[in-house]
Amino acid sequence: MKQVIKSTQSVEASPAIFGFWLYLMTDCLVFASLFASFVVLRGQTAGGVGSKEIFSLPFVFLETMVLLVSSLTSGMALLAAQRQKRQHTLMWLTATALLGMLFLGLELYEFSSLVQEGHSWTQSAFLSSYFGLVGTHGIHIAIGLIWLFATMLFIYKRGLTHRLMQRLTMFILFWHFLDIVWVCIFTIVYLIGVI
Amino acid sequence: MFASLLGRMEWHYFWHGWVQFGGQLAMVGGVLTLLAGMTYFKKWGWLWREWLTTQDAKRIGVMYIIVATVMLLRGFGDAIMLKLQQALASGHSDGFLQPDHFQQIFTAHGTIMIFFVAMGLMFGLINLVLPLMLGSRDVAFPLLNSTSFYLYVAGVVLANISLLYGEFGAVGWLAYPPLSELAYSPGPGVDYWLWSIQIAGVGSLLSGINFIVTILRLRAKGMTLMKMPVFAWSVLGSMILVVFAFPILTGTLFMLSLDRTLGMHYFTADLGGNAMMYINLIWAWGHPEVYILILPAFGMFSEIVATMSRKRLFGYKTMVYALMAITVLSYLVWAHHFFTMGAGGNVNAFFGIMTMVIAIPTGVKVFNWLFTMYKGRIEFFTPMWWFMAFATTFVIGGATGVILAVPAIDFQVHNSLFLVAHFHNTIIGGVVFGYFAGFAYWFPKIFGFRLHERLGKAAVSCWVGGFLLTFIPIYILGMMGATRRLDHYDPSLGWQSLFIVSGVGTLLIGLGVVFQIAQLAYSVWKRHELRDTSGDPWDGRTLEWSVPSPAPQYNFARLPVVVARDAWWEAKRGGKAIFSGAYSDFTLPKNSGVGVFIGAFVAMFGFAMIWHIWWLAVLALVGVATTLIRRTYEEETEYVVTADEAKRLDMKSQKAAA
Ligand code: HEM
Ligand SMILES: [Cu+2]
Repeated sequence: MKQVIKSTQSVEASPAIFGFWLYLMTDCLVFASLFASFVVLRGQTAGGVGSKEIFSLPFVFLETMVLLVSSLTSGMALLAAQRQKRQHTLMWLTATALLGMLFLGLELYEFSSLVQEGHSWTQSAFLSSYFGLVGTHGIHIAIGLIWLFATMLFIYKRGLTHRLMQRLTMFILFWHFLDIVWVCIFTIVYLIGVI
Repeated sequence: MFASLLGRMEWHYFWHGWVQFGGQLAMVGGVLTLLAGMTYFKKWGWLWREWLTTQDAKRIGVMYIIVATVMLLRGFGDAIMLKLQQALASGHSDGFLQPDHFQQIFTAHGTIMIFFVAMGLMFGLINLVLPLMLGSRDVAFPLLNSTSFYLYVAGVVLANISLLYGEFGAVGWLAYPPLSELAYSPGPGVDYWLWSIQIAGVGSLLSGINFIVTILRLRAKGMTLMKMPVFAWSVLGSMILVVFAFPILTGTLFMLSLDRTLGMHYFTADLGGNAMMYINLIWAWGHPEVYILILPAFGMFSEIVATMSRKRLFGYKTMVYALMAITVLSYLVWAHHFFTMGAGGNVNAFFGIMTMVIAIPTGVKVFNWLFTMYKGRIEFFTPMWWFMAFATTFVIGGATGVILAVPAIDFQVHNSLFLVAHFHNTIIGGVVFGYFAGFAYWFPKIFGFRLHERLGKAAVSCWVGGFLLTFIPIYILGMMGATRRLDHYDPSLGWQSLFIVSGVGTLLIGLGVVFQIAQLAYSVWKRHELRDTSGDPWDGRTLEWSVPSPAPQYNFARLPVVVARDAWWEAKRGGKAIFSGAYSDFTLPKNSGVGVFIGAFVAMFGFAMIWHIWWLAVLALVGVATTLIRRTYEEETEYVVTADEAKRLDMKSQKAAA
């Protein structure tokens, strides 16, 4: 049965990709509990700063754009890979990695300036739930980057084998998923927080 | 410098008192004996090749069951201590346990029983039979399966290390904050609790994904969903609940660990934290969890009752609908665990009614089993005895559950021993009896011989008798006002005699356990007389009985083709043969140590987080990442069994069986 599936079905329809979709759904639920907690706790500032005081929309908009574009480049990488164009794939993946690192750097900058101003996660439930939610997304991005580097290395060494195509497809799904989560963060945490 | 390298580890965490010392001694002694034995008999290589690195779901299942059984003994030992304390500690007597130790014991008992016994037995049994039943050679992702197992083992190891070094949480099995927060539980106990179930929980989550994909994608040709055995349906329902519920557990525990390690305020009592949110979240996982455990037990009973009554299951379709209805409904009842915590009348009414509604599909199932038996030629083998034990006790537990679902009544008995009796009633009478039944039923398929009948029946009798004797007094005590988690009470309440009776009942359960061990030992000894030569000892109905016992590693030399429900039964009765056509090449996964390594690194990570040894945590994560990356890009992970070889193996195993 397994080998039948392997030889006759495309990468997208393989059980591994189906399983990966299920995994993404579970991760989505982990985020859902973090979002729910954030929404419950966003008003609990314990006399300290609230969303209006600490978020700057233009900066977050920049972060958002960086991540959105990285999603786009990762999609281009997959298209190139499906046409078995190794060089193009690697090029687009490099762009994705750079944008991902830029995003992470921006986020770390935001976090560290908050901490330096005395608004660390220990100050109030609101700040805890903010750092917890956004930080978890950031950890996902970091894991994604490590995964991306490994994928690039192996594509460089071995070319676009069937197995690597599968891994790449999964990575791209993961990356888009993180993008969607970020859009939710942008809306729920920052946008609603500021208006 | 050196001190900070060891985080917050200190010498005094080894010593807690003589009672604990006994436990530590038993544990260390047991492990050392095992290691010495393995070395003496030179079994390490064999263990590594044949078992630890196996990708065969059946063997992984056996390992789950072994670990879960050891944990059952540990959890039962804890229970005996609790019962003894409660029987003794009235008036001037303080019993033999310090309050803090008593609290650790009930926390450990509950945690171990749910996460490491019930979940372990469940995944073990699913691994044993699900692929066979579906007509598949393995689960969808064998390596993930083995990794899940080792995450489970990592959880088990951490929870048990806490006995040797440190302490366990003294906060109850769900560790409600703010008690479980740093301010009130600064020691490593809650962290042991937290990380051991966090890790095991992620393992369960991955198993959930694995089995869903297995069921939806790897069924035999012709086995449409509505031709699938009810056990597979029950696993599907249960695993859907796993993937919907366990992420909430992961998220919630994650937030608690952020509070505890980084000083955040999700659930703290100060700076705006909200403990009630934790209680909602944990039960949004916790209630589905009990259905995760019971659904497969329902599925097992469905197979057993049909087989042993020699009739097709009554109302297959209603059975499937009932399973799916329970799957959905169990998501809408979590607040019945805290009716008393201020949700208000309308919310309570909704959750009360939803809870009662679940009793309807459950009742449908009970009647379906009874109608299956009606006019059947029932054969009372041990699995059927477990069913009878279940059918009588579980119904009581269900009835007391409906009683508790009435908020007005719950206000009276909330957190009383009535509740404790209720959930043990469903979980022992339902889940544990179900898994024991399944174990006895499928044992011959995996090991090639049956379990001894008379000893098995003696075990059932002791378990049922012991269960009733233990928990009926507990119901009564609950109605007399005894609260749960009680380590001392006043003699004027007149409770002691009931506690003593209940303690005697526990000893009777203990006798049942002794009979089970004896049954296993005796059956191994007499395995030649008990050999299952037919591969089909119960005259079964589903595909697992169509292959020789013990089932070969590849399950099926030729994959079955199915046209009907109960395909094997139909084939035996002159229906269409399920194996036909030529043999063909197939692949099997090569052995792999990846699961072992990931489990070991993750256990290391958990230990480091518990003791705040940050460098070790980083090292462990690097280990996990390296292992994963190396594996994901390995290309040759499978080997081919050619058609000729398949044929030869098939002939050989058929000859061996005949
Ligand atoms: C084998 C016979 C068993 C006995 C005699 C037993 C006995 C007990 C006792 C005395 C308590 C403490 C009650 C109290 O609060 O005063 C307890 C709690 C508990 N038991 Fe069992 N138990 C048994 C089996 C199981 C099984 C099989 C499970 C689950 C699979 C289980 C799950 C729990 C849980 C979750 C708690 C609550 C712990 C807490 O209060 O945090 N027990 N049990
Ligand atoms: Cu419940």
